[in-house]
Amino acid sequence: MENLEPLADAAKAAIAAADDAAALEQLRVDYLGKKGQITALLKGLGKLSADERPAAGAQINVVKQELQELISARKAALDSAAVNARLAAETIDVSAPGRDQSCGGVHPVTRTIERMEDFFGSIGFEVREGPEIEDDYHNFEALNIPAHHPARAMHDTFYVDEHTVLRTHTSPVQVRVMENEEPPLRIICPGRVYRCDSDLTHTPMFHQLEGLLIDEQSSFADLKGVIGEFLRAFFERDLEVRFRPSYFPFTEPSAEVDIQCVNCGGSGCRVCSQTGWLEVMGCGMVHPKVFEFSNIDPEKYSGFAFGMGVERLAMLRYGVNDLRLFFDNDLRFLEQF
Amino acid sequence: MKISEQWLREWVDPAIDTDTLARQLTMAGLEIEALEPVAGEFSGVVVGEILEAAPHPDADRLRVCRVSSGAQELQIVCGAPNARAGLKAPLATVGGVLPGDFRIKQAKLRGVESQGMLCAEAELGLSEANEGLMELAADAPVGADLRDYLGLDDTVLEIGLTPNRADCLGVRGIAREVGLLNDCAVQAVSCAPVAPTLDETFPVELLAPQRCPHFVGRVIRGVDLSRPSPLWMQEKLRRSGLRSIDAVVDVTNYVMLELGQPMHAFDFDRLRGGIRVRCAQAGEKLRLLDGSEVELHEDNLVIADHDGAAALAGIMGGEHSAVRADTSNLFMEAAFFTPELIAGKARAFGMHTDASHRFERGVDFALQVQAMERATQLLLEIVGGQAGPIIEQTADEAMPQRPDVTLRAARIGKLLGFELPAAEVERILSGLGLGVTAIDGGWTCTVPSWRFDIAIEADLLEELARVYGYNRLPQSSIRADLSITRHDEARLSLRHLRRHLGGRDYREAITYSFVDPALQAIFDPELAPVALANPISADMAVMRTSLLPGLVGAVLRNVNRQQSRVRLYECGLRFLPGPDGLRQVPTLAMVMTGPRQSESWANATGASDFFDLKGDLQSLLNLGRDAASFEFAAGQRAGLHPGQTARITRKGQEIGVIGALHPSAAAQLGLDAPLYASELDLEAVLDSALPRFSEMSKYPEIRRDLAFVVDREVPVAQLLGEVRSAAGVYLTDLTLFDVYTGKGIDPKRKSLAVGLTFRDQSRTLGDEDVNPAVGQVIDLLEKNYKAELRN
Repeated sequence: MENLEPLADAAKAAIAAADDAAALEQLRVDYLGKKGQITALLKGLGKLSADERPAAGAQINVVKQELQELISARKAALDSAAVNARLAAETIDVSAPGRDQSCGGVHPVTRTIERMEDFFGSIGFEVREGPEIEDDYHNFEALNIPAHHPARAMHDTFYVDEHTVLRTHTSPVQVRVMENEEPPLRIICPGRVYRCDSDLTHTPMFHQLEGLLIDEQSSFADLKGVIGEFLRAFFERDLEVRFRPSYFPFTEPSAEVDIQCVNCGGSGCRVCSQTGWLEVMGCGMVHPKVFEFSNIDPEKYSGFAFGMGVERLAMLRYGVNDLRLFFDNDLRFLEQF
Repeated sequence: MKISEQWLREWVDPAIDTDTLARQLTMAGLEIEALEPVAGEFSGVVVGEILEAAPHPDADRLRVCRVSSGAQELQIVCGAPNARAGLKAPLATVGGVLPGDFRIKQAKLRGVESQGMLCAEAELGLSEANEGLMELAADAPVGADLRDYLGLDDTVLEIGLTPNRADCLGVRGIAREVGLLNDCAVQAVSCAPVAPTLDETFPVELLAPQRCPHFVGRVIRGVDLSRPSPLWMQEKLRRSGLRSIDAVVDVTNYVMLELGQPMHAFDFDRLRGGIRVRCAQAGEKLRLLDGSEVELHEDNLVIADHDGAAALAGIMGGEHSAVRADTSNLFMEAAFFTPELIAGKARAFGMHTDASHRFERGVDFALQVQAMERATQLLLEIVGGQAGPIIEQTADEAMPQRPDVTLRAARIGKLLGFELPAAEVERILSGLGLGVTAIDGGWTCTVPSWRFDIAIEADLLEELARVYGYNRLPQSSIRADLSITRHDEARLSLRHLRRHLGGRDYREAITYSFVDPALQAIFDPELAPVALANPISADMAVMRTSLLPGLVGAVLRNVNRQQSRVRLYECGLRFLPGPDGLRQVPTLAMVMTGPRQSESWANATGASDFFDLKGDLQSLLNLGRDAASFEFAAGQRAGLHPGQTARITRKGQEIGVIGALHPSAAAQLGLDAPLYASELDLEAVLDSALPRFSEMSKYPEIRRDLAFVVDREVPVAQLLGEVRSAAGVYLTDLTLFDVYTGKGIDPKRKSLAVGLTFRDQSRTLGDEDVNPAVGQVIDLLEKNYKAELRN
C-alpha cells in the first residue's frame, strides 16, 4: 500500500487542475471508475492477509471518499463558473430605452371635463348631452332671452338661418332635460359651444360645462356651497371664492364667481390684471320664467344653474397662456397632458 | 359707463376711499372694470400763456416762444403746430416732473435756450391726443397749478353694467346705489322749472304712441353758440370718454350722463310745421348726423316734421335739422321710447349709440320733464337765449305699467337660505326707491319708474341678496335622497375608448366643427353641408360632414412643424343634412402618418400602412367583445385611395370607413408621406356585448397548417369564413399566418398559409377526427378557389 499516498496526491492535484466538466469526469473514471486506480487498489485487497485487509481497506476508502468529495466540489465550482461566465456574457445595458414605449393621451379639454364630471358625479350629477346646431327656442326663448333682448348681444351668435343657431352655451341641453324629465334633477352638460368672436382671448368654438339642480328644497346657500367646494376640489387648494351680483336672463339672483388668483395667491399679477381675483364662472337660481317654459312649478321647485368655460379653467389649472393652443392640435402641446 | 369719482361725490360722498368704493360697487353688481387716474403723475405744470411765437433760426419745425408762467417770462422752444401767440397751454416748468418720471431741465434745442416745456394732452397722461399743445380756455388763470385748475386729482370709474341695470346709466342711478350701500344721503341736482320767457310752443303729435308714449319738447330762441361750454363740463365729459363739441351737444350729453336721459337738439329754423313722432314709411330715406344715409323700414320710429323724417328716434339725429355753429334757435327733445319696440333697431343699421344703448335697456319714463328743465337751465347759463314753456305729450294708455310686486317673507328663507329681519328688508327696498307696505306674511311693493328689471318676486329677492351682500349669505352642502344610478354594462364608455386609443399611441385632437368648404369637398363632394350665415372666415364657413378634413388639417400642421409621425383621433359630432332633416352624429375618427414606431434603437423601422391603422381600429372594436360583427369590404370613398379603402358594416348597417388618403388629395394638400384615416359612428363602437362564460376544454389541441396558392383577387376574409364553416365542429381557432406574393409565385396568384386548431370538450381528438375536417377544407379550397396546395 505504499503507493496509496502518492496516488492520492497525484489525484488531488489533477482534480484541482481540472478545468472543465469533461476533464473532471475523465479523472473520476481514471481513479474511481470500474477500472480506476483506486478501484484497482480495492480489488487488490484480496491479496492481503486477513489481518491487514481491514486497515488497508479503510485507508483506501478514506482516500476514495476524499477524492469523491473533491470531484463533487470541483464540479460545483466549475458549474458555478460556467453559469457566471454565461451570465457575464448575457449582461445587457439595462439603461437603454425600452422598445415601443410611446403612448398617446387625451386632450387637456377632455382631461378637464372628465375631472369636472368626477367631482359633480360624486354628488349625484349625471352627464347629459345634446345637439350643437340648435333652434332659437331652446338656445334663447326658453331661457328667457326673447328676440332683441340686449342679452343676445352678449352672445355673438352664429346663425344657420333665422331660427337655427350654433348653440352659444350648453343651457339648451338643460332645457331639453327639463322638458323630458321630472324633478328632482341633478345634471351637468359639457360640450362644444360657439360664439362669433375670434381674437387673442376668444376662439369661435370653446367648451362649457353647465350644471342644473332642481329640487323641492334648494337655495342660494346650496349653490354657494356646491360651487365653493367644486372650485377648491378642482384647484386642490383652499381658495377664497367670492360671489358677485351679475345678470343672466335665465337665473335670478345671478352671480359671477371669482376665485383668489391661482397665480399670485391674491396679491395681484398679470394673470388677474392686478386685481387678485379671477372670474371663473357664472351661476344663479333658476328664473321662474325658465321653469314656466318647461312646465315646472316654481312654487314647488327651486333650483340653481351654473356654467363655466372649460378652457378657461384648464388654462388656470395647467398654466396654459394662449387659448388658441387648444385647437391648434400641435403635438408638442398635446403631449404635455 | 365711465364716470368721474369727483362727479359722483358731488351727489353722494361716503367716507370711504376710492378702492373701497370700487369694491363696494363691484360687489353690488356694478362691476368696476377699471380705475384710471384722470391724468398721469406729474407736478410743476402750470397754466402758461404764449405771448409771442417766432420761428427758430435753425429749425423749420420749431418755434421759439415767449411764455408767461404767471411769475415770470420764459423762453421755450416748441415743435407743436398750434403754438401761437395768445394760446394758453400747460407749461411744465424747470424742476417739474412729467409722467414716466421725466424731469424738466433747462436745455438748448438746436442752439436755442429752452426754459421748460409746453405740453400736449398725451404728455400729461390726459388722453392719447398728441397732435399739438393742449388748448386751455381763454379765461384760464395764467400761473395756476394745472392739477388744481383742471381738478385732476380724480379717478375715472369704468363700470361694466349688465343689461338689466339701465337705471345706473347715469350719475343719478349710481349715486342712489352708493347712498343705499353706505346709508348716506344723496344730494340730487336741482331740476327746478325754468320760468319761460317766451310763450312760443311747437305742435307735437304722437302718431306711434306704443313706441313713443311720452315726448317733451321746448323752444329756445336766441342762443349764442360761439360760447363754449365751461371747463368743468368739458372735463366731466372728457372723463366719461366724450369730447366737447359745442355747448348744445355738450349739454345734452351732460344731462344724459348725469340723469340717464338721452336728449336731442334740433335747429328750430329747419323744422317745418310741427313734430310728428311716427313710424317711417317704407323706403323713406334719412341722412344722419354721421353723414350716412339710411333707408328706413316701417318698423323704424322717426321724429319727423311736416316735411319728413328729422331724426331716427332714440338712435341718432338727422343731418338736415342738426344744430350748426350759426344756429340761434333750438328745439329741444327729451322722449321715452318703449324698450322692447326700439330694441335691435340700431343694430339693424349696424349702429350702436349712447342713446340707443339707454333706450333699449329702459330710460326712466318719468324723467323727461326734469331732464328738459335741467338742460334748459344749463343752456341758458352757457349760451343764453329765451326758453319757451315745456311742451309735453303723453299717451297714458301706452305708458309702461308698474304692477305692485308681493314679496313673501317665507320665500326669502326658501330661496336665499337665510332669514333677513323685516326692518332690513324694508330698509333695502325703500332705499332702492320702492314703496314698501307690510302685509300679512310679507310686503307689497310699488316699483319706481326707473327700474325696468323689477316685476316679480324673484326680482326683489335678488335686490335683497345683492344689497345685503352675496358674500354675507350663508352656504350649505346640498342634501338629496341617494339612489344608485343604473348603468348599462354592455355599453362601453367613451373614457374607456379614449384610454385605449391613448395606449395605442394616439393623441386626442379637438378641431373646429366648422371647416373650409374646399377641404371638406375632398371627402364629401356630393353632400351640401350646413353653411353658416355669418361665418367668422371663409375657411370656417360650413359645418363638417366628416371629421376627416379637420384631422387631416391638424396632421398637415404638425407635418409642417417637422413632426413626421402623427397619430390623432377625435370624437365629436358631424352634421349630415338629409331628406329627413339634419342628423348630428357622434363620430370617432383616427388618422395616422409616418413611421410605424417612433425612432429608437430598439424599435421597428418602416412606414406605417393600412394594416397598422386597421389593427388599431380592430383592437378598439375588440373592446366590445363583438368584433366579429364588424365587416370590412373593399369600397370607395371620395378622397381615399380606391385600392386601399374598406367600408365597414355591422349587422348590415354601414358604420364607417377606413383607407389611405388618395394620392391626388395628398398632393393637393401638400402631404408627402402616405396618410391613413378611418371614421366610424361612435354608437356602433360603444355598443358592446356582455361577457358570457364558456367551459374550457381539459383535452389537448391538434393543429394542422395548410399552405396554398389562390388568385390575388380572392378576399381573405371571405375565404377564411368559408374555411371556418367547412372545418367542422372541432375547429376552435383559425389563423392566417402568412400571405406571400412575389418570387416563385405566379404574379396573378398569392400564397396563403393558415393554421387550423382543433379541440373537443369531452375527449382527446385523433387523426380520424381531424383528417376528414382538413379534407373538407382542401376540397373547398380546390373547388371554390382553384387553390393549389403547396408542400
